[in-house]
Amino acid sequence: MFATLRHWLDERLDWDDLTAPLRHKTVPNHRLSYWYFLGGITLFLFVVQVLTGILLLLYYRAGANEAFESVQYIMTQVRFGWLIRSIHSWSANLMIFTAFAHMFSVLFLKAYRKPRELTWVSGVLLLFLVMGFGFSGYLLPWNTLAFFATKVGTEITGQVPIVGKPMMIFLRGGEDVTGATLTRFFGFHVAVLPGVATLMILLHLLLVQRLGMSIPPKLEVQWTANPSAKREMKFFPNFLLRELMAWYVGLGVLGALAAIFPWNLGVKADPFVPAPAGIKPEWYFLFMFQTLKLIPSKVWFVDGEVLGVLAFGLVGLLWILLPFFESDQPSRTKGWITGLAVFALVYIAGMSVYGHLAK
Amino acid sequence: MAILRNKLRPFSAARYVGLVGSVVLAACLGYGQTKNSCLDCHSALPDPLGVSQEKFSQDVHAQKGLTCASCHGGDPTSDDPDKAMSRKAGWKGKIDRKQIPQLCGSCHSDPAYIRQFNPSLRTDQLGQYRTSVHGKRFAAGDTKVAVCTDCHSVHDLRAPSDPRSTVNPVNVASTCARCHADANYMKGYSIPTDQFAKYSTSVHHDALAVRGDLSAPTCSTCHGNHGAAPPGVDKVQNVCSNCHTFQDQMYEKSSHKVAFQAASLPGCVVCHSNHGISHPTDAKLGTGPDAVCMQCHSPGDSCDQARAGLLSSLSQLDEAIKGADHILGVAESSGMEVSEARLGQDQARDSLTKARVTIHSFRKELVDQDIQAGLKIAAKNLQSGKEAMVERNHRRVGLGISLIAIGIVLAGLRLYIKKIES
Repeated sequence: MFATLRHWLDERLDWDDLTAPLRHKTVPNHRLSYWYFLGGITLFLFVVQVLTGILLLLYYRAGANEAFESVQYIMTQVRFGWLIRSIHSWSANLMIFTAFAHMFSVLFLKAYRKPRELTWVSGVLLLFLVMGFGFSGYLLPWNTLAFFATKVGTEITGQVPIVGKPMMIFLRGGEDVTGATLTRFFGFHVAVLPGVATLMILLHLLLVQRLGMSIPPKLEVQWTANPSAKREMKFFPNFLLRELMAWYVGLGVLGALAAIFPWNLGVKADPFVPAPAGIKPEWYFLFMFQTLKLIPSKVWFVDGEVLGVLAFGLVGLLWILLPFFESDQPSRTKGWITGLAVFALVYIAGMSVYGHLAK
Repeated sequence: MAILRNKLRPFSAARYVGLVGSVVLAACLGYGQTKNSCLDCHSALPDPLGVSQEKFSQDVHAQKGLTCASCHGGDPTSDDPDKAMSRKAGWKGKIDRKQIPQLCGSCHSDPAYIRQFNPSLRTDQLGQYRTSVHGKRFAAGDTKVAVCTDCHSVHDLRAPSDPRSTVNPVNVASTCARCHADANYMKGYSIPTDQFAKYSTSVHHDALAVRGDLSAPTCSTCHGNHGAAPPGVDKVQNVCSNCHTFQDQMYEKSSHKVAFQAASLPGCVVCHSNHGISHPTDAKLGTGPDAVCMQCHSPGDSCDQARAGLLSSLSQLDEAIKGADHILGVAESSGMEVSEARLGQDQARDSLTKARVTIHSFRKELVDQDIQAGLKIAAKNLQSGKEAMVERNHRRVGLGISLIAIGIVLAGLRLYIKKIES
């Protein structure tokens, strides 16, 4: 039956020619090959997000007076609503984690180097988009923590000189976080960001497909010197089946997390009560939040928070362009970017733990 | 140039400007202020004659424009002590303690005068004082009893709304205690001096001083302020019912009302005491050390049986609420969404509170109405908790089955990969 279908497609679409790149695509096979799975797992989690997000849309109602109640309804009344919402929340967090891990693996394996600079740029932009998904989605249940975290987050945006205030008003839909902010964040979360992210993912995948998988420089030297040592596996079906196994493991982890630790609903947001003590953003923003807290209120004559926000903006921009700062003929095994990656990893992890423990 | 030089002598001009400026400034500063030479000397004198400018400026009377002469007479505009404190100028000197209520009343009993400063201020203080135990004893010649200045202080008298005022609700008990907790001072009055000590341990003190609830009772709430007197045995219920309305309504329906009246027992105080009222617990209905019923009733009599029935009803609802709380807590810590049932628990607790109020009727059929309402709600919440736990277990079973299925697929994939790569 499959053969008949394939023949039918081949006759009309030249199927064999269309799928030739997949059949010819190979993946280097070495002791660090498992790092290649991270991008695929992130993609899998994105697909989970899209599917569970569509299901949540069937019941979710954006609006200050009904958002919380609709999520409560999903969690308590809708059949398997708790599972869908919990998977959506857990998958979102895991996706941000795997996106970060994927980025650092690319840095340490030096996969960002020529000719893959644009793959890196699209990847970092995707990471920022994923964090945007997290920020906009966090507010949607309209609970107390989300409300005040959004208030603090958008306030930080307002610190950017000149464009900060208009940007904050644009994000909030007014001077304060209100129902207008919720509907706007909902729009970003389910329309703007998915559209942009889908295009960026397609570009990212196209670049990966076009440029092939990167080989760690040290291994590349060995394989060039001794071609018989070169080990590869077919992308289809060998690597894809392994990737599929990783996705199944991911599905199992998501299911276990959702069943054992269903995502908390919290308490409905009340704009008229004071912010709870020690309010913190989600874990992936914690390192930036904690850094801003540690900067003195005045650095020379500049406001500390403004300086921090500008510094993070600049670092973000430089991070996107990171591959372009490396020399044309970098050392195959050493490089300042590896040192920078170690520093960034330690800084992000350290500040996140510090922020989590800080009162 | 010479003309110009003569006309524009800068130092000379500055002198004139400075002089005129000083006069205008002095006039501005002095405008509206009446000269009060009394403080010039008395601010330098030691106690009891010393009154500093700073202290007197805190006095509500000074703030309303009154001076020393308003009470003491004399001429505060004169710098000459002989003229300022001359009998001719109406100087009265130190006010005799016997004259204080009358002197204060000369203004505070005059509605037309008081209205100029504070139209809402009452003017019946002196009249009330004369009906008080203090006033009656004072009229009989006992000058040890409190007069206006003993409670309100003098020369730095603040409005009662000022938290620093000696008669601010938070400070009233300490002000009364200055005399009433002093065993030596109270010798000869044959009343106890432990009221303040007892009050300090009471639920009322806790509400007022610790929780800052200014509506909570202090001495004057039950005894009155200017007309201060013990409420009287038969009037205690009226005093307590000002706040505890529902308890009063229930007590009106109870057999105790008639029995206490017949025995001349002071209503609420019989079970709750007066100054040292502690937080009431269900143990009051028990037979332990905090029990109150058994002080009058005998074990095994019909009243004792009724008491046991009431206690059992309260305990039953209390236990039902605790049981539902427990299971909902476990379900919640397992991540189950039980906020609706949690909210329902508040209703069950309200029923228990209502039942505890209805206890004052000492009628089981009335108490049981509230108990049954609470039990129904608690049972529903318990059921919600149980269902949440069943759902939690279903989820875990479902997870187990899913993980087995995923495991089988993984094993299949592994075998298939092995097969195509061999």
